[in-house]
Amino acid sequence: MRHLIDPLDFTKEETLWVLDLADRIKADPSIYSHVGDGKKLATLFYEPSTRTRLSFESAMLSLGGQTLGFAGANQSSATKGETIADTARVVSCYADIIAMRHPKEGAPLRASMYAKVPIINAGDGGHNHPSQTLIDMMTIRQRKGRLDHLTIGFCGDLKFGRTVHSLVNSLVRFPGNAFYFISPDELRVPEYLVEDTLKPSNTTYHEVTDLEETIPKLDVLYMTRVQKERFFNEEDYIRLKGTYILTADKLKLAAPDMPVLHPLPRVDEITLDVDDDSRAAYFDQVQNGVYLRMALIMSLLGIPDPQTKEEILSC
Amino acid sequence: MLKVESIQNGIVIDHITAGKGMEIYHLLDLEASGQSVALLQNAKSRKYGTKDLIKIEGTTIPSRLDILGYLDDKITLIYIQNGTVDKKVHPVPPKELKNVIRCQNPRCITSIETDCDHIFRMSSSGKYRCIYCNQEIHMKSHSHSDKSVMIRR
Repeated sequence: MRHLIDPLDFTKEETLWVLDLADRIKADPSIYSHVGDGKKLATLFYEPSTRTRLSFESAMLSLGGQTLGFAGANQSSATKGETIADTARVVSCYADIIAMRHPKEGAPLRASMYAKVPIINAGDGGHNHPSQTLIDMMTIRQRKGRLDHLTIGFCGDLKFGRTVHSLVNSLVRFPGNAFYFISPDELRVPEYLVEDTLKPSNTTYHEVTDLEETIPKLDVLYMTRVQKERFFNEEDYIRLKGTYILTADKLKLAAPDMPVLHPLPRVDEITLDVDDDSRAAYFDQVQNGVYLRMALIMSLLGIPDPQTKEEILSC
Repeated sequence: MLKVESIQNGIVIDHITAGKGMEIYHLLDLEASGQSVALLQNAKSRKYGTKDLIKIEGTTIPSRLDILGYLDDKITLIYIQNGTVDKKVHPVPPKELKNVIRCQNPRCITSIETDCDHIFRMSSSGKYRCIYCNQEIHMKSHSHSDKSVMIRR
C-alpha cells in the first residue's frame, strides 16, 4: 500500500507516470468515468478549504466513486479529543482512500502509520501539499513543454508557503532548474529547504527582495498568498500581506511565454487585470487539479488505466 | 578524592561532560535497571579537568547507549570483562532519536497528539529533523537539563 504524504514519496519516474495519466484523463475524461465504481473517498478536512476538498470530491465523482467526510475540525471527533491515529483506524473501515488536511504539520504522516487504506496529504500546516505540487508540475509541463532547465521564481510567503516547499523539492530532481526566491526577510524559504535540498543538489538559487527586477529573468513565476492562518501575531500579518503584488504593468517586464502560477486562493497579490493575460495559468491549475487528483486516486488504489491496461504505481 | 570499586563485568561511561551525568543516568533509565550503578560527578580528568562518570556492573547493556553519541560527543564507553578493559568505543550519533528530545515546533502534530513518539532523523546535512514537521534540533543548542526539551522515560 502506498501513501502520498510528501511529494518525494513518488520517485521521479512515478511522478512522471502520474502526470502522464493526468494528461490522458484530461484528453478524454469519459474513458475514466467508471473506473472508480464502488470506491469511496473520505475527505477529512480539519481546517477550511474550498478548492482542495471540492477538487478531491469532484475527482472521485468523476471516476464513478463516492465521497464522505467532514469539513472543519468542529465537525469531527477531534473536538472530543480523538487522536489522529484513532481517526485513521476508524475511517479506514469506512473508505477505500483518505484525503486529509490538517493545520498541524505531520498529521497525515501520523495517520498513514495507522490507516489501512492509502492516505493523501491534502495539506498539513505550512509543511507539504503534494497533490498541489503535482498539479503545479502538470501545469508547468503543459505551458513550457518540459520540467527541466527552467528558471522559476517563487514570490511572496516562502516561509509558510507549503506549495513552494513541495514544488522546490520536486523540481530539484530535474536537471538544470534554477530558482529565484522573492520575499521579504521575514518570509524567506526555511533553512531546512536550503540545507537539505538546495545545497546537496547543487541547485542554483538566489534569494532576492525585488519582484520587478527579477521578473525578466524568469521562465515561470509562482505567486503565493501571505496566509493569515500561519501567523500567531496579526500585526505581522497586516504588515506583510501586501508586500508583493503582481500587476499587468509588472507583467509587461516578463517574457511573453512566462506562465504565472498561483495555488489560490488569492487575496490581492495578483490584480484582476492580470487574469485576462494569456500568461495567467492559475485557473488552468484549478482545472488540472481535478484530472491530476483523478490520476492520483487511480494510482494509489491500483486501478489500471483502461487505455494502457497498466497500473501506474507498484503498490 | 572519592574512590569507587572497580567493576568486574560491565560498562564505564567515561568522560561525560561535568554536570551531564545525572541527566544521562535518567535518560538511560538506570534507576530502574536493577544493576549496581555508580555515578561520580565532577571527578578529576587529565583530559578535561573535570568530568562525570557512570559505572554499571553487570552483563545487561542499557538499551539506549546509542543516544550518547548525540548527547555528549566527549563520552568514551569502556567495556569491562573479567576485570580488564575489553574495548573502548566513542559512540557515534545515531541515525534516529526516538523519544529523546521533544519537537519544539508548536505547529507540529506532536504538540497535540497523545502518545505520539517524538522521532528525529539525521538529514543528509547531518542535522536532526523531526520526521513530522522537519523542525531542526540544533545539536548542543539546548540545555540537557531543560525538561521541556528532553524526554525522560
